Amino acid sequence: MYYRIKKVIILFFLHVFLISVAVSCIFPLVWMVNASFKSEAEFRHDSGLKIASGFNLENYKNAIFEGNLGYNFVNSVFYTFVTVTLIVLISSLAAYGFSRLQFPGKNVIFFMFLAAMAIPLPAGFVPVYILLNKLHLVNRTGYILAMTNMGLSLSIYLLKTFFDQLPHDLEDAARIDGCNRLQIWWNVALPLVAPALAVVIIFNSLTVWNEFVLASLMFTEDKLMPLQVGLMEFYNRNIIQHTLLMASLTIAALPIILLYLKMQKQIIKGLTAGAVVG
Amino acid sequence: MKTSFADSAKNLSFVLPAFLIFSIFYLYPFIYTFILSFHRGDAISSLEFAGWANFKEVLFYDKAWWRSMYNGVFITFWALSFQNILAFLLAMAVDKATRTGKIYRVIFFILPVLSEIIIGLLMREILISDPGILNKWLTKSGFGFIAHDWLGTDAALLTTALVHSWKGFGWAFVIFLAGLQTIPEQLYEAARIDGANWWQTFFRVTVPLLMPVIAMVIVLTILGTMQAFAMILALTRGAGGLTEVPTMRIYNHLRGNQVGLACAEGVILGFILIIVSRMVNSISKEIRRRWGVLSN
Repeated sequence: MYYRIKKVIILFFLHVFLISVAVSCIFPLVWMVNASFKSEAEFRHDSGLKIASGFNLENYKNAIFEGNLGYNFVNSVFYTFVTVTLIVLISSLAAYGFSRLQFPGKNVIFFMFLAAMAIPLPAGFVPVYILLNKLHLVNRTGYILAMTNMGLSLSIYLLKTFFDQLPHDLEDAARIDGCNRLQIWWNVALPLVAPALAVVIIFNSLTVWNEFVLASLMFTEDKLMPLQVGLMEFYNRNIIQHTLLMASLTIAALPIILLYLKMQKQIIKGLTAGAVVG
Repeated sequence: MKTSFADSAKNLSFVLPAFLIFSIFYLYPFIYTFILSFHRGDAISSLEFAGWANFKEVLFYDKAWWRSMYNGVFITFWALSFQNILAFLLAMAVDKATRTGKIYRVIFFILPVLSEIIIGLLMREILISDPGILNKWLTKSGFGFIAHDWLGTDAALLTTALVHSWKGFGWAFVIFLAGLQTIPEQLYEAARIDGANWWQTFFRVTVPLLMPVIAMVIVLTILGTMQAFAMILALTRGAGGLTEVPTMRIYNHLRGNQVGLACAEGVILGFILIIVSRMVNSISKEIRRRWGVLSN
């Protein structure tokens, strides 16, 4: 009996601790969404403390259609989609090569990809920016290529460990049936590592969607900026329109939160894989 | 089985696209950083050799650089202590209170997933003195005496450190929890049968077995925080040097066409980070050797 009570009390305090931290995480986000439904006057009047009087979508309309946020959003979707597609194709090809095929210099090249993850390069964006300038690639193509490179190492590492675990039988059967290497990669090996591909897709989508430093250096035109840069520009311009800013932040956060809630397993897998290598 | 030359070439072509992009956007810039750090100019229209001048400037004369290093170390200190201890306690609590802690894990990890810009701007809105949302909450709930100019001269750096830790603890939590769940239940049972109390179990079973994970989190926290930038830019925009961190300085030097300085700073910071993370790893190994739990 005594131990029961002690256990219940301990559990109670543990949950109080956990719930209070959880509230501190969620509360600012809920406040952000709530404030986004208010008019500026309402926000000023209640100091942002009360629940919005209704689902007033005025701010969202203004953020998307009057500012550049609509463009920024579409740009972010475009950059993310193209970059992640490139990463998936290029890294799965390379990972398959590292896992299954023989060629000179294989171990050295693979080691370089691994080393790139372990060596911190605080000023890495400086030479990349200069290089893109020299190649006349300070545009969408240059940005997408540079971002593709950022995702390659981890994706190759992750996919290679998956390819390594696959049995050779299926590929042998496909080879006997007359498939060439490329066909085996596409038709046999890729479908078998679908779970790893999901991790690669989700994890890289987050990285590209949230990237700020390089994008802020490269895009000076409003219509080319992705969301993160657009938000900073927006803030610099509309510093006093609090509810409009909250609507913009909500627009930027919503796709990530939805994706996260749907795919959190993959995101956490990508995180732990990245941590182990780092 | 020997592979013919044609076969080798075909096989190599699988890796070629990745290696090409990697060479252009990682290997070349990597070497280029060192070259640029010995030069002056914007590197696009003008570039002249400067010898060690940039390094001398950064190491011996640039007070603002060391100020930014101090700020980075200050924030890292809070991330290492406050963020990671909180994350560790939460992971212990979740591991004990619920088997998987799924709901808590979902909630705690939202902040690391959201972009640094979103968190930075949102917290700026809440913390800044106009409209002063946080201060109004505090006043209304009777804690008015705590109200403060959170992003003002005396508090900006500490506020930045706390917001950074708040955004990051979910990340450390997830890694700690994954580590805790790999410790086999039998070990705890064996400890219980041997009559170990909670503290003894914690220090003799949990901590030694978690040591590799702890070292990893420490290293990644140091690397991540010393290179943190976007959240701090959004939250305080440097606050006139008060919260300027090393990466922000590198970024501003690039913007100001002082590419050589930016690269020299990057090289210096990179070397420091590599040395520090090596040290943490070897200390952790030494501890494990003394405790007799060194695997592999």
